[in-house]
Amino acid sequence: MINNIKLIAVNELRRLFKSPLAWVILAVIQFLIAIFFYLLLSQYLQPASAATGLTEVVVSGMYQIAGVIMLLVSPLLTMRLITEERRLGTIKLLYSSPISITELVLGKYIGMTAFYCLALIMISLMPASLLFGAQLDLGQIAGGLIGLLLLMSSFAAIGLFISSLTQSPAIAAISTFGVLFLLWIINIAGTNASERTAEIFSYLSLLNHYNSLLNGVFNSADVIFYILVSVFFIVLSIWRLDAERTHG
Amino acid sequence: MIDNQILISVQELSRFYGQQRAIENVSFNVHRGEILGFLGPNGAGKSTTMQIIAGALAASHGSVSIVGHDIQTAARLAKQHIGFLPEQPPLYSDLTVDEFLNYAARLRNIDKQKISESITVAKQRCGLEDVGKRLIQNLSKGYKQRVGIAQAIIHTPSVIILDEPTSGLDPIQIHEIRELMRELAEDHSVILSTHILSEVQSLCDRVLIINQGNIVLDQSLEQLQENSDKPASVEIGLRNPPALEALLEIDGINSAESATDSTLKINFDPETDAFDTLVEKAVSEKWGLFKLIADDTSLESIFMQLTYGENQAQLNEDEG
Repeated sequence: MINNIKLIAVNELRRLFKSPLAWVILAVIQFLIAIFFYLLLSQYLQPASAATGLTEVVVSGMYQIAGVIMLLVSPLLTMRLITEERRLGTIKLLYSSPISITELVLGKYIGMTAFYCLALIMISLMPASLLFGAQLDLGQIAGGLIGLLLLMSSFAAIGLFISSLTQSPAIAAISTFGVLFLLWIINIAGTNASERTAEIFSYLSLLNHYNSLLNGVFNSADVIFYILVSVFFIVLSIWRLDAERTHG
Repeated sequence: MIDNQILISVQELSRFYGQQRAIENVSFNVHRGEILGFLGPNGAGKSTTMQIIAGALAASHGSVSIVGHDIQTAARLAKQHIGFLPEQPPLYSDLTVDEFLNYAARLRNIDKQKISESITVAKQRCGLEDVGKRLIQNLSKGYKQRVGIAQAIIHTPSVIILDEPTSGLDPIQIHEIRELMRELAEDHSVILSTHILSEVQSLCDRVLIINQGNIVLDQSLEQLQENSDKPASVEIGLRNPPALEALLEIDGINSAESATDSTLKINFDPETDAFDTLVEKAVSEKWGLFKLIADDTSLESIFMQLTYGENQAQLNEDEG
């Protein structure tokens, strides 16, 4: 079981890095983050904002931006997860091999999350460089790190599910982007509604839970929310692939 | 045949795509050491049946068991014994041949120590020794097909299912692959589908013809061979051919048509002495007989009869 999951995950990662896509995406993320890092740092150095802390302005601000960038980039990474196996016909190799659909889906999810961990490490190198010359609130940084990781792993699960719905990577990418963006801003949808509805909508928003972690508030409810999102979409993916084999 | 153990048992298999029926009530067994040729026109349900046996699709009804393990309830055990080459070879184009075969070997749970050995053997069997380091996307179609076969046999499975294995190969490669399949069939079962009837005749022990989702013929090659000793059609070359009507008057001749200016294709009932009468008449009436070839493509005529027969009969009736 574990071996099979590992095999799928490692193969996924290896094939990601075989294509230029993964490298280009890592480079673009790094470039954009660097620009924002510089902007935030110079904003902090202006006398007017001296009252707020370095961690809050630069580090949390940067993780906030990183979340948005990942929202834009993630569909491009997850779009090919299942669609490509279908296009190449390798899904038949997987189905006729002694591995279960659950192992396949978990392997894909873990492979994708491992790639995100790598991106996360690269992103975090920039705030880490501040440690040489300044005091940082490590607790708040840890909150941001965990938040971003959870956020990205839920992106991976949602992208994986949508990729299992279609043959075409482009359709998977644009639909994933739509769903992620909707879940990101869904709290706005409730602003004009009753208080109770607004509460539900804002609870469903991926952004809200991320923000509280960014602020250094480690609430287990937020962590569980992201884990639940991941589990939910992983289970849907397993069902979907199983149904396809039975009825498709 | 080494023994008579049944390696593949297919029971009353049906499969629907929505409302559309792909196959219905397909049942057959394949023994160890047997090569089963799967024939049928396009869309007859060959690929569907093979995918169900390989576990890539689930059946709507019925069951498949591989070496005694049910493909649905004991999937992991059953799939351990399957090597499957789908119609489109399942290849990751961005990996090298070695990397891909390594992945395929691991997917089939080959022991870590034995992986490199089994890759070497599979490559050698499929003639891939020189391309191990090359990217699959840069290989020609024939080589891709061979990599596809290599992944199907890398774990020396008991049951090998090949969907059109020789498509895209040149004649020499086809010959090699046929040799390979004979070798494999010594202690495995092989199911292969093909459009090439001569391939079935030269390779298979048994032939299964499927049409519109049903099995219409399940016969050993030996039986077929016996039937072909009584030809049912002949190609005859006449320098002064008579009118077609004159030929049709001979008792037992079903149809006659001119193939070229001087040769005719004649179908007759093998149980009558139509053939003798035809030759006698050709001599006595001075038709100038210079060529006489009995059709040896018995499988072809059976195939045509079983798969297009209904349509053909319908057409003739309309014309009559």
